[in-house]
Amino acid sequence: MSRAIEFRDLSFATPQGRVLLDNISLAIEEGTTTAILGRSGSGKTTLLRTVNRLVEPTSGDVLVHQKSVHTANLIALRQSIGYVIQETGLFPHFNVQRNVGLVLEAQDRPRDQREGRSHTLLEAVGLNPATFAHRFPHQLSGGQRQRVGLARALAAEPDVLLMDEPFGALDPLTRAEMQDMLRDLLGRLKKTVLLVTHDLDEALFLAHRIVLLSEGKLLANLTPEEFISSRNAEIQAYIRAFHRGERNTVPHDTPAEKPA
Amino acid sequence: MSARFFTEYGDQIATLTLEHLWLSGAAMLFATAIAVPAGIWLTRSPRWAKPVIGVANVLQTIPSLAMFGFLLPLPWLGERAARIAIVALTAYALLPILRNTYAGIRGIDGSIIEVARALGLTDSQRLFKVELPLATPFILAGLRTATVTCIGIATIAAAVGAGGLGELIFRGVASVDNRLVLAGAIPAALLALAADAALGWLEHWFTVPAQ
Repeated sequence: MSRAIEFRDLSFATPQGRVLLDNISLAIEEGTTTAILGRSGSGKTTLLRTVNRLVEPTSGDVLVHQKSVHTANLIALRQSIGYVIQETGLFPHFNVQRNVGLVLEAQDRPRDQREGRSHTLLEAVGLNPATFAHRFPHQLSGGQRQRVGLARALAAEPDVLLMDEPFGALDPLTRAEMQDMLRDLLGRLKKTVLLVTHDLDEALFLAHRIVLLSEGKLLANLTPEEFISSRNAEIQAYIRAFHRGERNTVPHDTPAEKPA
Repeated sequence: MSARFFTEYGDQIATLTLEHLWLSGAAMLFATAIAVPAGIWLTRSPRWAKPVIGVANVLQTIPSLAMFGFLLPLPWLGERAARIAIVALTAYALLPILRNTYAGIRGIDGSIIEVARALGLTDSQRLFKVELPLATPFILAGLRTATVTCIGIATIAAAVGAGGLGELIFRGVASVDNRLVLAGAIPAALLALAADAALGWLEHWFTVPAQ
């Protein structure tokens, strides 16, 4: 397998001097899903956004398919990378079909091609085109909006997909449905995915590798099995922070009822 | 007002109404052509926003009669009263359009702009497909305020001989004839109300429901 994305000695500091990424080196294999975990402010989103150059690093380099993103044509680079965020960022003045086909529209593809592709993608993310193609974002539920956001990210057939807490704002049941749909879809499409998440379960369910960031530093890059059994104190703390409810629902000794 | 009044002044009222419309309309066209692109430019160079909007603000505080007076001695401009009127009205119309274009684009949800960039839209695609359509209701609201102001101030243009409905008002005041004052004031007010309603309807039509 070849490397789809490679971060080389990547650092980023804000103009005020706050270090958000500290010398990160990391390679992502083609066709795999990598979850990026870490506290808020640990640099997860910043790392993700260096790939499509929404953030320009202070030093170091990012390579997509062995080519530095800094020498690439910015528009072509961004059109070749799918991007999904928590707020979906759907364009409220376009219907679903036009939202999905917007990248193709930006590439001046003919209308019938755009519409055909939109309908195929809507089906792929579990939305019936006949029902949803002409709806507007405000007429959709949160889960439906996320499906449209995912379909839009896939429109230009990108090899690389960046997802920033895509399901973070959804209720647990909808989130589980979306995770099932995404796992099924990624299994078929073989995209290279970088997934920023706060949800350890989601990372374990979807990812081939789990990366843990802490204060801008790369702390771990492990398979889900290695992650769960790791003896690293920070990783253990992360795992303990989940499933806290289980400890509270272990049956307590209750006094036996007295016979009447 | 009697029927005789209308037979006597009807034609004049019609001509002056058209003149009034022409003065305000021309000024609005110039102001829109200047202020919308300027507002867009300010969203690209926000450090200029404060000084530029400040200048437009100062223009608006100049009393209208004084503004017409300032422009009177200028070469070319001072030769024709209509030119003076249109330049002065344009200056008054700039601020609301400029401010609303700037605020309308800057106020768009950040995640929408971020996604537009991330999808690989070029700057002009982002402007014409995303930013301007979403800012349209705000820009129209600015045009609406500017139009109503323009139609009102245009009545004062008669003071420098530019014509318009103000002429009837000034003549009515000079000859203490309230009928003439009303013959100028009522059509001017109706013009302002009609423009307000039409632009208000457009603004509503372009408003996108929130998610």
